[in-house]
Amino acid sequence: MDVLNALVALANFVLIPATAYGAQLALGALGVTLIYGILRFSNFAHGDTMAFGTMVTILATWGLQSYGISLSPLPTALLALPVGIAVTALLLLGTDRVVYRFYREQKAKPVILVIVSMGVMFILNGLVRFIIGPDDHRFDDGVRFLIDARTFREMTGLAEGLAIRTSQAITIVTAVVVVALLFWFLNRTRTGKSMRAFSDNEDLALLSGINPERVVAITWIIVAALATTAGVLYGLDKSFKAFTYFQLLLPIFAAAIVGGLGNPLGAIAGGFLIAFSEVTITYAWKKVLTYLLPDGMAPDGLVQLLSTEYKFAVSFVILVIVLLFRPTGIFRGKSV
Amino acid sequence: MKPRDMALFALVALLIVGTGYLQSWNAALNILNMGLISAIMALGVNMQWGYAGLFNVGVMGFVALGGLGVVLVSMPPVGAAWSAGGMQVLFALAIGLGVIVGAIQLWRRMARGALRGVALVVWLVAGFFVFRAVFDPAVAAIEAVNPAATGYLGGLGLPVLFGWPVGALLAAGAAWVIGKTALGLRSDYLAIATLGIAEIVIAVLKNEEWLTRGVKNVIGIPRPVPYEVELQADPGFVERAAGLGLDPVTASTLYVKLLYAGLFAAVLIALIWLSQMALRSPWGRMMRAIRDNEVAAEAMGKDVKARHLQIFILGSAVCGLAGAMMITLDSQLTPASYQPLRFTFLVWVMVIVGGSGNNFGAVLGGFLIWFLWVQVEPFGAFLMEVMTSGMAADSALRAHLMDSVAHMRLLTMGVILLLVLRFSPRGLIPER
Repeated sequence: MDVLNALVALANFVLIPATAYGAQLALGALGVTLIYGILRFSNFAHGDTMAFGTMVTILATWGLQSYGISLSPLPTALLALPVGIAVTALLLLGTDRVVYRFYREQKAKPVILVIVSMGVMFILNGLVRFIIGPDDHRFDDGVRFLIDARTFREMTGLAEGLAIRTSQAITIVTAVVVVALLFWFLNRTRTGKSMRAFSDNEDLALLSGINPERVVAITWIIVAALATTAGVLYGLDKSFKAFTYFQLLLPIFAAAIVGGLGNPLGAIAGGFLIAFSEVTITYAWKKVLTYLLPDGMAPDGLVQLLSTEYKFAVSFVILVIVLLFRPTGIFRGKSV
Repeated sequence: MKPRDMALFALVALLIVGTGYLQSWNAALNILNMGLISAIMALGVNMQWGYAGLFNVGVMGFVALGGLGVVLVSMPPVGAAWSAGGMQVLFALAIGLGVIVGAIQLWRRMARGALRGVALVVWLVAGFFVFRAVFDPAVAAIEAVNPAATGYLGGLGLPVLFGWPVGALLAAGAAWVIGKTALGLRSDYLAIATLGIAEIVIAVLKNEEWLTRGVKNVIGIPRPVPYEVELQADPGFVERAAGLGLDPVTASTLYVKLLYAGLFAAVLIALIWLSQMALRSPWGRMMRAIRDNEVAAEAMGKDVKARHLQIFILGSAVCGLAGAMMITLDSQLTPASYQPLRFTFLVWVMVIVGGSGNNFGAVLGGFLIWFLWVQVEPFGAFLMEVMTSGMAADSALRAHLMDSVAHMRLLTMGVILLLVLRFSPRGLIPER
């Protein structure tokens, strides 16, 4: 029995990756939940918005690199992130002006807006593939590891190594900063309060003189920042591919719904719940169990509950369970 | 149908015939065949969305299940695999089903409280491990049987046309399970639930090699029509082809495609007739009444949830039928080729553009959007060629633009969808 090594293995393969993934999902889900709260529809184009923001950031990163500018030891993409956010914000404000505003003025049913967002999804998807292509891109430079497995082993003398990738550390730090900023904005500033008021009761907010177009514009800008940050962090951690981002739609929506659509706190909780379940259920537990169980009782198989290809099934099952037993989500979101 | 609708159908026919004259008749018949299948998919989605207002974005999953139905019915059974672990796999699946049914019963029968939750979790976890203990060795045994050629259980070896209703039934079964859980919740939730189930169906097809050979693909699915080589070897056919002034190779490919077109057209016409009858019957009026005002319909004593479940299953079965027909046309099941943009969202574009709530509209949308989906690429390439003709031949930008032409179709579909939603939200042939 070797608890210490088991813990290190667990942290290395489950806790750290799941935390980073959870932070990325939480940022994505925050964007979905904000649009749902303010604009009152499920935005199917969110995955592709993330892809677009990441693409712009990658292009800006390449531009910076070609001028020899880098942020070493941190990835250059962090320097390019504001550019990505700004361009994405312009794009979202543009789509709102050209596409969504018409339906808002008509007071169209939410489901019509969902179909409209499907059209936007097609366009963004085509645009991203048109500009950067459908292939995989890795754009993380700088130092790869904060601690690598060998240094950790030498430092502690344990058999198991613990590796923390720079991208994982950056993800967690950035996510904490972004979430803190967002909550400060929503709870402390006048604009943030007007957004919450608008989300709670549109008519009452209008009566008290809140300008709806301003609230909507600010929402899109915040969503652009959240989506781009989430996309860039995911891309740094794994890699950028247009189709993968499109597929992220499912876990992100699952996170937002599980937490309660329209509830920012719920989106964060949902993101981590989905990420931890996905990683724990698709992880092969053989190594950890071998350390924990007495000698001779080590498992023969991989002790993997589900193969990694079924990770979508995990978010789906959690979603269904929550919907069956608590239809408005863990944190009591709103329902339109 | 009004004269304007007839004109629209004539326009689509003209587009396809034009393809025949300008490109090749083989290309035109390919568009026609997939257009027929797309029209059936659009009919299925139109039943759910147009009649009842149900938002299903899992079309891909139902289409794929239809394809699975064809494989399970028409492929020859692999005897060695069956004796290696066939029965054990079936037994494991029965255990899995038993665990789920048991869990539902447990939840219903036990008194509320913490004990019930704990009992449910323990039952499910234990059931999962028992299932895996029976299932895993059987799967390993099946996949070990000649993995290069088979490595799966195969099908029943029946004529391929029997696979079509079976495919529809599989899709209907999946729809029943989803409908039971997600209908009655908010519309967005049904959307996400169907999106999820579609991804899961594709994941199962890709990974359960004992069932579908996974990414190794099932090829050589039997055909309901003769093979080209047989026709070319048939002196009578060669003679008739020569009489029409065609060489035997072209004649045989055209003949086979025409036979498929005839089969598919028969199915499509039958479905249109059935759905027109249904839409005009009291049942159809009730469906539309429920869609337009659920509360009022419920007050009139209509069982809204049951009717929604019914139409959801029917629409999904039609999508499954289309999927089965598509696999028959391709003669192969390639799980990796199922992409949500192509099989879910494109069908939605067809329904919205054609006219939701109108069967002829959905059919028109199916043909028109499929035609555009195929033809935007060569047309875009031509356009790009003209636009970039001023640039240097070795310009990097020009090369990039020419490479990216393939992605024009996504952009075009998005623009078409948005334009129709904005300026003609009821579609080309609106509901009447």
